[in-house]
This record gives sequence, C-alpha cells and structure tokens, in this order.
Amino acid sequence: MQENENISHEHDDDEQHEHAHDDNDTPQHTHEHDDDGQHEHEHHHEESFIRKYIFSLDHKMIGKQFLIYGLIMLFVGGGLALLFRWQLAYPGEPLPIIGASEQYIEDGEVVTKNDERWEKIFESEKEELMETHFPNGVIEDKTYNMLFTMHATIMVFFVVVPILVGAFGNFLIPLMIGTRDMAFPILNMLSFWLAVLAAIVMAAGFFVPGGHAGAGWTGYAPLSVDPQWTDVGWGQNLWAISLLIQGFSSLVGSINYITTVINMRAPGMTFFRLPLVIWSLFIVAILLLLAFPVLSSALALLIFDRLAGTTFFTTTTEGGGDPLLWQHLFWFFGHPEVYILILPGMGIASELIAVNSRKPIFGYRSMVYAMIAIAFLGWIVWGHHMFQSGMRPGMGSFFMTTTMLIAVPSAIKTFNWLGTMFRGSIRFTTPMLHGIAFVSMFVIGGLSGIYMANTPVDIYIHDTYYIVAHIHYVVFGGSLFAMFGGIVFWYPKMYGRYMNDTLSKIHFWITFIAFNCTFFPMHILGVGGHMRRIANPQFYDFLQGFEGMNIFITMSAFTLGFAQLILVFNFFWSMKLGKVAEKNPWNVTTLEWEAPTPVPHGNFAQIPTVYRGPYEYSVPGEESDWIPQAQPEHAPASAGD
Amino acid sequence: MEQATTLDHTEDVYEPSLTPDSLGKLGMWIFLIGDTMSFGALLAAYAALRAGAGVIGWVPPSEILGINLTAGMTFLLICSSVTMVKALESIQKGNVSRMCTFLGLTILGGVIFLGLQAYEWTHLIKHGLTLTDIPEHGLKGGAISGSNLFGPTFYAITGFHGLHVTGGVIYLIVILIHGLRGRYTAEFNHEVEIVGLYWHFVDLIWIMVFTFIYLL
Repeated sequence: MQENENISHEHDDDEQHEHAHDDNDTPQHTHEHDDDGQHEHEHHHEESFIRKYIFSLDHKMIGKQFLIYGLIMLFVGGGLALLFRWQLAYPGEPLPIIGASEQYIEDGEVVTKNDERWEKIFESEKEELMETHFPNGVIEDKTYNMLFTMHATIMVFFVVVPILVGAFGNFLIPLMIGTRDMAFPILNMLSFWLAVLAAIVMAAGFFVPGGHAGAGWTGYAPLSVDPQWTDVGWGQNLWAISLLIQGFSSLVGSINYITTVINMRAPGMTFFRLPLVIWSLFIVAILLLLAFPVLSSALALLIFDRLAGTTFFTTTTEGGGDPLLWQHLFWFFGHPEVYILILPGMGIASELIAVNSRKPIFGYRSMVYAMIAIAFLGWIVWGHHMFQSGMRPGMGSFFMTTTMLIAVPSAIKTFNWLGTMFRGSIRFTTPMLHGIAFVSMFVIGGLSGIYMANTPVDIYIHDTYYIVAHIHYVVFGGSLFAMFGGIVFWYPKMYGRYMNDTLSKIHFWITFIAFNCTFFPMHILGVGGHMRRIANPQFYDFLQGFEGMNIFITMSAFTLGFAQLILVFNFFWSMKLGKVAEKNPWNVTTLEWEAPTPVPHGNFAQIPTVYRGPYEYSVPGEESDWIPQAQPEHAPASAGD
Repeated sequence: MEQATTLDHTEDVYEPSLTPDSLGKLGMWIFLIGDTMSFGALLAAYAALRAGAGVIGWVPPSEILGINLTAGMTFLLICSSVTMVKALESIQKGNVSRMCTFLGLTILGGVIFLGLQAYEWTHLIKHGLTLTDIPEHGLKGGAISGSNLFGPTFYAITGFHGLHVTGGVIYLIVILIHGLRGRYTAEFNHEVEIVGLYWHFVDLIWIMVFTFIYLL
C-alpha cells in the first residue's frame, strides 16, 4: 500500500527534466507522465508517516537518516574507545560505576552494592556476557582486543563514511547541482536500509559466545582466519558478513552519486562550476565504487576460510595460501578508503573557508586537480602499510616514493586554503572555526604521514602509538572537524533553524583542546616505543615511565567523549527550539541556498539556471560581497574584466 | 586568473547528460565497472596464489578439469550474447514478438549454461575435487604446495560467475515478462538495452574466467 503512494513522487519533475526520472525503477513512468499532473509538487500531497520518515525516497530525508545513524554509531564507537582508554591508564583496575570493590576482588568480601551484583552474576548458572568480558568490572585482555577492533571498525565504516558520504552526499548533491532528487531514489533508500542491516549484524556480534571480532579493524590473517589465535568464533564471521552488506550499501550509493552528478546537473552547471564539496563527493563515489568490491571479494574468501575450511589466507603442512595476500587485498581497498574518509572533509572545509573568508577559493581548478591526483595516487601506495610485512627493498622504495608524492597535491590544497583566508574578511563563525581546525589538524596529521612513508623511519615507528596519533589527526582532526563544521553550517537548511551558537562554540573549543590533549601525546608515546594494541602497557619495563602520560590521555579522552554530548543535545534541542533561520543565513552563493527553507519535496519551484562559478565573493566593482550562482549576469558588469 | 575563469559566463555552457535517454544505462555501466573490480580482485588473488605455489606446485588445470565441456559452455554463452543483440535489434525495429523469442533463447542459453555448470561441479566433487582436497593426478612428488588451493579458487571464481549468470537469468525473465505485457516499443526500450549490457558483461567475464582457470 505504501508503495503505491510513492509512485507519484517520481513525477514531480517538470518537462525540462523529464528524462531525469526516466529510469528503470519507475515502471510505466513515461506512459503515465503525460496524463499525471506535471506540477504535482505544487499540490500539497501529504505523505504517510512511514513514507516520509522511515522508508523515505527523498534524498534530504535519507541524508538526515544517515546523519542520525552516524551520530548514534559515533557514540557506540566512542564508548568503546573510552573503555579501552580506561584499561590503558589503569590496567587491570575495575571500571568506574560498574566495577567491584578491591576487597571483593581480593578476598571475595562483599562491601558495595556492585559487589552484590557481581556475586549474583557469578553465582548464576548462565554464562553472562558481563561475566566473560568484564569479570568484576575488569577488562579482560581478550575483551580489550574486541574493544579496539570494534572501535576502529565502527568509526571507519559506520560513522565517518555514513556521515560524510551518506549524509552530506545525499543532502547536498541534488541541492547543489540543482536537481530534484537522486537518479535512483529507490536504490538510495536501499542503500540506507542495507547500512542499517549491516549495523544490526555488526551489533549482534557483541552478544555471541566468544565475543566480537578481535583481529583489529584490518582483520589480518591468520588472526582473523583461525579461532585458535583470538578465541573469537562467530564474532569474526558476523564482522565479515556485516562489512559485506555495508559493501553493497556503498556500491549502490556510489552508483547513485556518480550517475546523478554526471547526468543531472542544472543547465549551466558545468563540471568546473561545481562546488568543491560536490567534486570531492563525486571523486569519493568513484573511489568507493572501485575499492569496496575488492574488500568484498577478500571478505568472501575470508568467510570461506572460516566456514568451509579452505586455506586462502593461511598455510597448512600441505601447503596452502598466503597471509600476505589478505594484506595486499585489504590495503588495496584500505588505502583508497583512507582518502574516502578525508576527501569529503576537504570539500566541506573548502566551502566553510571560502564562505567565511568572503573570498573566492584560491586556485579552484588546482583544488580539483589536486583531489583527482590524491585519488589516483591512492591506488598505488597501499604497500606502505606493509613495509614491515616483508617486502623487497625495491618495492619498498616504489611505495615510499609514491606515498611521498601525495604530499604534493595535499600541500597544494593546504596552501590554497591559506591563500583563500589570506587578507579575507574572515567571519569567525563556528563553521569557520571548524574549517580552520580542519586545516591545521590536517597539516599535523599529514606531516606525520610523511615520516611514516619513509621506510627507514617506519621500521622504528611501525605499529606504535605514532601511527595511532597520525590516523586520529587525519580522521578525527580532519574528517570529524569538517563533519562538525558541516553540520553547523548546513543545519539551517536541513531543519530551518540555527544551532545554538554558544553551545556550538563551547563544543568546538572543548573538542579542539581535548582532542589535542588526547592525541598529541601519542606521538611521544610512539617515538618512545609504546606499541599499539597492547592491553597492559605496565607489563613492559621500558613503558613504565609512560604511566602518567597514559592517564593524562585517558582523562582528555573522557573529556573529549563527554563534550560530544553537547553537540547531540544542541542538535536535537535546536530542531525544535533553535532560532528560526532565513533562506540564506550565511550569504552563500551555491544553489542549495536558493531553495526555500525547509526544502520542499522536489527542492526547487523551478530548476535554477547557473550563470557563474561557485565562489564569487567580494567581486570587485560589485555592491554585494557575494553573487549567487543562479543570478544572471547584468549586462555591463563583466565587460570590464 | 581565477576570477577570469569564474566570471567566464555564457549561457550556452550547458553540458548535456551523458546518457540523456536513460539514467539507468549510465547506472548499469557504473555498476559493471565496480563489479569488474570484484572479479579483478578474485582473479588477482588466484594469480598471486598460483604464482606463489610455483610451476611445480600448481597442477595444470587440464589434468583435472574437462576443457571440452567448458569450451562448449563458452560457445553457448557467446551464442546467448548474440541472441541478446538480436532481441535488442528487434525491439528497436518495433517487433515485440521477435524480441520475446530472442529473449527467451537468451534465457535458455543461460539456463543450459547453469545446468552444465551444475553437472560439471557434481562430477568434479564426485571425483574428489573439493574445497579442501584434490583428486589423484598425473604429477608425482609428494605434497604439492598449491594442491589444496586448486579446488577453492576454482569453486570461488566459477561460483561467483555462476551467481552472476543466475542473477542475469532472473533479470532477463523479468524483462521478458514486461516485454510480453507490451511494455516495450520501438521508442521505449532502454531497459532491454540495459539488461543486454549486463548480459554481455557476464559473458565477457566468463571468457576471462575460462582463459585463466581452465586454459592457462
């Protein structure tokens, strides 16, 4: 019944874009189109609750769904991180709130209420999750493996990609290129619900006997292949199956994005008039399309190894496969994946910085070419993750060189951002603060990347906290700051209200300071030889001196984690109670601000025509310091140029 | 200079759609590019494993697999691609019944292919080629390093292709039903073209699989 109602959505387009919805998802469409009301979007047809909020076909609603999904998963992933941070600072000590008292752990003497609870759990016949994972509230070593594995898996596949690509991609692409919806609305909905299914399968892994996957987010063979190494049974299988499903979701999504950008741009919206964020999402969609199937194939082989007794990624006495094969396949996917995580952040930061500096982006074309170069180079650098896995020196030199080449386009982008800000009339709005934070944190993360690209240096810092610091500077300091900035920036268009500015600023400053306190010391830990993925640093003599630093990092991490509650509170509070925003509150030139707020179904009353590039701020001789892309040229203005 | 580019306005800089007649056609092309990567990964993994096993370590496929049968299957699949082309040609000329006949032949080709593959698999399993083992073969010399990978790579890759054929047959049947109900005309037939793209892709992939798994 619901399905019948949606058919009418597909006809919302006017004649000009009639071809746009002429796809195989809408049976009988072309035949019906002539009889149906062509201006149906002007009639106010009510949609049912389910069609509007749950199985929505509207790109804006799907974008918002991805955003909320990602925010929920952000807290799951962050919570896991806080648990293992506790273990690193206070190895073997019971967790606060749920942990048993010291007397109880030592002599079995019940002192506190928690002790009574643990007594009950231990006495009961059933094998409870808490009993196997956190006896007395202490994190088991095996549990520690699960925690860091799932932290990374969730953050990479269920937070950063869904929010940056899923949420911003869905919300922004049709609005910014000036069209009514994605090319394939039904596939779009499918993409979201597959992602939900993947999240459910992934969550189920926490509750199976043996716990969740514990082989790291990279799932290195043979750790991930044979339960004898990690004691993990179905957890690892569910991990692989969930990522397979997530792979389908990404595939469907990327087909949609690429088709939409290539085929559905508004009249006059040439490729070189696309806003940089759309360029970045377009390039990312191509990377996702090409990279994820490789992981899917590898995961399928891994599942064979685990369930059917094959030996693709492990060896037996009679010969067998090659654990290195997994690493090659994984990183052939994994390195483009790294750019999938950062490129949308670069795009968003470009918007935030140009708008708030009131200047055209410096070197628009070079920004585009730099992103293309990064995306291309991303395919030939995967070996730099494997310098210590055993590699011919010649190959090592090749991967070292290609990796360091990436510094060139990255530096072009960085200097272009600085050039954009240079002598601009900078407005220090919250989105701008996030944009500047993105650039500065990305520089730190990028520079530490160059150290690791050097094979001789990498021998020393490989698998230490230096790597952990690097990845977090790029993905948290980069992607997440861009994401926060993007949320505050586009919130008025999404929900028709501003987010509370005081709360946003408090959130920004606490996050920024706590972030640096958390991750900067990790560089020092890494150079000091602190290995990553160890459950108990106090076990090693040479790490004794780092106890204080680990406690400091943990304290900062807890501050960082709890600061995100401000964002979530602000997000939901402002939805109902925020200051009502006008149509274009930040005076932005791009097309999404041409649409009325809240954006109706079908986005634009009439598809806008684009007359100029996306960054016409402070054009000399103009009265207004911004000229919208859809504003026609008034005759004499351009003649003087 | 930047200003010059951005101010460079002309209304006629409209860049038309790549596939103005159908979004689905571009969508299918993009999907096929992605799918190439998954097959590419499997074939690359196969190449790496086989190269790792060395020349002596990998049993020559002709020792175990029946080349003649699969050569026939290859020919059959190519024929089904030809009938697919004929089906599209017919509907472009507006001949619905001819299109349905050729679509039916294409489906028949796919089904026979799947049947032969099922026969091949059961036959091989009966002779001892399983996911973990390999039947007796002409090579002597004790444990051969790649011997327990022959079966898994064979079944994984041909199985993955078989899944694609199965999906293609179902897809073709859906299109055939639409065709029988009179959905397609000389003007409106891009859906037939799109299923054709997919079917030719599956055919092309099989030629790769046949070459690498059976012949080399």
